[in-house]
Amino acid sequence: MRTMLNALSFCAAIIAAGTASAAELSLAANTTGKNVNFIREQLDIFEKQTGHKVSLVTMPPSSSEQFSQYRLWLAAGNKDVDVYQTDVVWAPQLADQFVDLTEATKDVVGQHFPSIIASQTVNGRLVALPAFTDAPALYYRKDLLEKYGKTPPKTWDELAATAKEIQEKERAAGQGDLWGYVFQGNAYEGLTCNALEWIKSSGGGQIVEPDGTISINNEKAAAAIDRVKEWIGAISPQGVLAYQEEESRGVWQTGNAVFMRNWPYAYALGNGDDSAVKGKFAVAPLPTATDGDQPSSTLGGWNLAVSKYSDDQEAAIALVKFLASPEVQKQRAIQLSNLPTVAALYDDAEVAKAQPFMPAWKPIFQSAVPRPSAVTKVKYNEVSAKFWNAVHNTLSGNGTAAENLELLEVELTNMKGDSW
Amino acid sequence: MTDLSLADPPSALGQQAGIRSDLNASRVRSAWIFLAPTLLVLALVAGWPLLRTIYFSFTNASLTNLEGAEFVGFKNYLSWITLKSGRTVYNGLLADPAWWNAVWNTLKFSAISVTIETVLGLVVALVLNANFPGRGLVRAAILIPWAIPTIVSAKMWAWMLNDQFGILNDLLLGLGLISQKIAWTANPETAMVAVLIVDVWKTTPFMALLILAGLQMVPSDIYEAAKIDGVHPLKVFWRLTLPLIRPALMVAVIFRMLDALRIFDLIYVLTPNNAQTKTMSVLARENLFDFDKFAYGATASTMLFLIIAAITVAYMWFGRVNLEGGER
Repeated sequence: MRTMLNALSFCAAIIAAGTASAAELSLAANTTGKNVNFIREQLDIFEKQTGHKVSLVTMPPSSSEQFSQYRLWLAAGNKDVDVYQTDVVWAPQLADQFVDLTEATKDVVGQHFPSIIASQTVNGRLVALPAFTDAPALYYRKDLLEKYGKTPPKTWDELAATAKEIQEKERAAGQGDLWGYVFQGNAYEGLTCNALEWIKSSGGGQIVEPDGTISINNEKAAAAIDRVKEWIGAISPQGVLAYQEEESRGVWQTGNAVFMRNWPYAYALGNGDDSAVKGKFAVAPLPTATDGDQPSSTLGGWNLAVSKYSDDQEAAIALVKFLASPEVQKQRAIQLSNLPTVAALYDDAEVAKAQPFMPAWKPIFQSAVPRPSAVTKVKYNEVSAKFWNAVHNTLSGNGTAAENLELLEVELTNMKGDSW
Repeated sequence: MTDLSLADPPSALGQQAGIRSDLNASRVRSAWIFLAPTLLVLALVAGWPLLRTIYFSFTNASLTNLEGAEFVGFKNYLSWITLKSGRTVYNGLLADPAWWNAVWNTLKFSAISVTIETVLGLVVALVLNANFPGRGLVRAAILIPWAIPTIVSAKMWAWMLNDQFGILNDLLLGLGLISQKIAWTANPETAMVAVLIVDVWKTTPFMALLILAGLQMVPSDIYEAAKIDGVHPLKVFWRLTLPLIRPALMVAVIFRMLDALRIFDLIYVLTPNNAQTKTMSVLARENLFDFDKFAYGATASTMLFLIIAAITVAYMWFGRVNLEGGER
């Protein structure tokens, strides 16, 4: 606590030196889990330290919806929002509308993982400072796996078999609502993340390779999606095709799923007092197609960017630096189980005590698969939408994976033209 | 429906006396003066955006660079290149299967929803037109679904339709009508049904209200006469009520139709991105804001406008609806 206060007063000193008078800022952030409650608490501290006033603009939990709202505001040169919380894949698409933070953050940028800083650097401009990173995990019910003498699955087939067995036996024992596996199958950005994991962990590439080649139409990718098709209605409810993160967490946290794929934020919430699975679950890396393969988690994470239309950029930058600081990230890790982007926090004893899984997560997100946002630039959203549509069509029985991926390849090739 | 036509010639009366003609001219003039502010506001808030959208559909504008838009002709609508092999490849909105899928979805949705809403609205209006104690209260209560903002009711229904916790599945299971929980908004076969259920729930009161207004214009002595003559109630309905409320009914259907053809909010909340329910408006928004294809989205919006205009004109022609009252 002492170190935290020290650090806060240090931050305050920097800020006080930089700004002459109190500013009124506003920050747009999404409402997934307890994100906004946490940010509000931190903003109160920031306000006390600096005298600035910060209001919070809450955004929908769906990142696709959030993005289009941002795009609209920024295109209109909106001065009302100063700081935007941005997804890791948005940097290339919105870069022109954000302030270059390179100069202002050169004192703190070294604390963060270089790969994450690189993902937010577009044409040599640092457009956003990372607030936390994300790499999804396989959540499993310890109690149920122990009951049936199972170990956390290493491969997707093992996951399906275990899920099926436990689901059948538990249902026979009266747990009629229990499902084997829930994930995010709605047609939106989250399905792109899920499907990229299935495909990459099966050796099917990553949709568009870093050199710009469209690699999606291959047998391994088709097999990976066909495998998931088998799960729908068997170990996963059909409704999973309309689930986003919060819907799958709803099924999981009420104790109605054996396995769940979700981001680390669900860890702290699952251990909350109102959770039916409190203390009954653990997390493991996502499975692979064959035992011994490298597990593939999609790289997620949220960053903070300053709008170039902001009237008070200096104060806004101070706010970004405050929210991305090691102190706030540490609180974030402890309270919300969000993965820090500050390397040193993975060796922090307090973080390890609050979130035992976290130290083990460092290698996982360091080897995480990025979505092809850097290479497809402004066309990324469309690429992603075409991809999730192809997958969603396959999962809901509109054509086979092979057919849909072949069509997708044609569409992507058309979209690419001469170059991305 | 009173006659508000400004262009009406003074006709016979005017020719009889030059004084009347002068008077009429000055009346027309003052009418224009009074109407001018309204017309100006309409031109600003409806005309200007419409023209801008049509203009953008002929350019290569992107949302981040609207000023730098260059004219590209009909490329966004349709363009083709002939390959060396002799094969012709078509591009543009009119060659986009996603667009035609959206058009089909919209037409299907509009036809089914407006039909159900008209029939149900008529039934509800007939009930509300009858004399019974507490009629005022029921009339107010039935308007509640229409009074709730669409976003709110769509979100409310999304939870009621939820496959695991939804009350609808719970009820149907309890009644033994279904054997397992249905994923209403996820299942391709039920997604459109779910959207239709919510839309009918929401909009039937609107139809009922408009039809009720028509019913109340029907003089009651006609019914008394029919009763004395001993006409069968069904015959009274088909021969008296329906023809008499026909103008009101047709206008109500037009309003509903215009609304249904540009449906957006309900579908955006309930089943976003679902190819089975994606309508023209949803597709236009997606291209305008989600993708880096502002001009393409403007093209879709323009086509949406043209399609709605064409359907409305056709409907008024074939339905012989005269918005100025009476038969054409």
